[in-house]
Amino acid sequence: MNSVDSKPATSSLIGSEADSQRTLYPYVTGTSVVGIKYKDGILLAADMGGSYGSTLRYKSVERLKPVGKHSLIGGSGEISDFQEIMRYLDDLILSDNMWDDGNSLGPKEVHNYLTRIMYNRRNKFNPLWNSLVLGGVKNGQKYLGTVNMIGVHYEDNHVATGFGNHLARPLLRDEWHENLTFEEGVILLEKCMRVLLYRDRSAVNKLQIAKITEEGVTISPPYALKTFWNFSAFENPTLGAEGSW
Amino acid sequence: MFRNQYDTDVTTWSPAGRLFQVEYAMEAVKQGSAAIGLRSKNHVVLACVNKSSSELSSHQKKIFKVDDHIGVAISGLTADGRVLSRHMRNECINYFYSYESQLPVGRLVVQLADKAQVCTQRSWKRPYGVGLLVGGLDESGAHLYYNCPSGNYFEYQAFAIGSRSQAAKTYLERRFENFMASSRENLIKDALFALRETLQGEKLTSSSCTIAVVGVGEAFHVLDQETVQALINEFEIAGEEAPADDAAAPDQAGDSESGATAADQATPFDPDVAPMDM
Repeated sequence: MNSVDSKPATSSLIGSEADSQRTLYPYVTGTSVVGIKYKDGILLAADMGGSYGSTLRYKSVERLKPVGKHSLIGGSGEISDFQEIMRYLDDLILSDNMWDDGNSLGPKEVHNYLTRIMYNRRNKFNPLWNSLVLGGVKNGQKYLGTVNMIGVHYEDNHVATGFGNHLARPLLRDEWHENLTFEEGVILLEKCMRVLLYRDRSAVNKLQIAKITEEGVTISPPYALKTFWNFSAFENPTLGAEGSW
Repeated sequence: MFRNQYDTDVTTWSPAGRLFQVEYAMEAVKQGSAAIGLRSKNHVVLACVNKSSSELSSHQKKIFKVDDHIGVAISGLTADGRVLSRHMRNECINYFYSYESQLPVGRLVVQLADKAQVCTQRSWKRPYGVGLLVGGLDESGAHLYYNCPSGNYFEYQAFAIGSRSQAAKTYLERRFENFMASSRENLIKDALFALRETLQGEKLTSSSCTIAVVGVGEAFHVLDQETVQALINEFEIAGEEAPADDAAAPDQAGDSESGATAADQATPFDPDVAPMDM
């Protein structure tokens, strides 16, 4: 490469020829996605925020989407990359439907397909800057998995991305159990989302909860959580230490 | 079939709208030793006659495992069959790499048929000279398909290809209605009976045939010689004859020009209709 490089140490082996074409950092990002298995299927929750750095710029970003008949995806990280992933998945489902043969891709297959995409992009030093949650039900089998920008992937009874791993998972480890009802699942997810709302600076108070069962996908309309600020220590905050510092 | 001025090239149509090279390729399938397939709701059995070029040599491999859930029996140019089996194995492995689940057999068969079709439309290629009986599983259960050099494929309850396959087909035609509900053991037994028909008097032993099974919960595998011999003994000791009579097999050789292929009893040959247009 002949151009004057402001980063002389960059080897031309890393990334493709035109360096301006690879992902260096994300611009508009979504925060945590939380997912759990429950009695009839999978529940996913995510807020509708798209942050532009530290600015909470976009507040109606849908980060939960259906994939085919059997799966649901939730995306955090770079929103434009999530939109690109949705295009790949829509193409995939379209091709699958065109066979018209009674076979269809289930959540496990979609999850693995995504893992291959994410890992291969990571190997080219041009990742899709996302952490994804993929859940679904097929033939009575529930499936919930996650994959991130470096290709790390796994399945579990409850998964989360980003801050959700630190704030929501501990709650789920304590309170998740097999055969949660839909109502119990929603209460549990709302508990997680509330903690995230209090503690994650990129969280906004407008969320959706999505459900997938053998019958199909339902994504709730956006709503807000009730928050509780009457914490006793917030009353008379200067009690015991007048003034600043 | 006569030699004629339209049969040199696969890309030359005859005035009657036939591609003779493709039809000749299908003749090659009829010359190969017999292969039989049958299926029930949850199992597919493939059986074939072992042919060896001399008593000193081993017999040709005609049944290939393609994946845990798919196997294929071939008849015709075995080299072509080997190459196609390798292609099928690759397709299955590649699908598993992307989706970590098994390639549905119905989709594999379509891909195979499309591959065969290409060879009927390129002047620098020739059609594959092998017929494949593909047995495998997908979401809806067990399936048996026949892939033809013409690029056509059909799903079957039971089918036989290769030389003297007509005898086996006649046997299968009488029994096929029960196959769907058949147990695994009865399906294998029917395969052995059908195979025996193609031997026309020669003794059926485990060294003259190969049997393979695939089923829901059972990976594709070839049965070993002891198992096969035990099964054969079971019904021969019982003195069991194939229930319906062979002698009544309708004479289908007819006024056939393809009587030139002496070893085979031809299916009704209509000079105006190409075999692959069914």
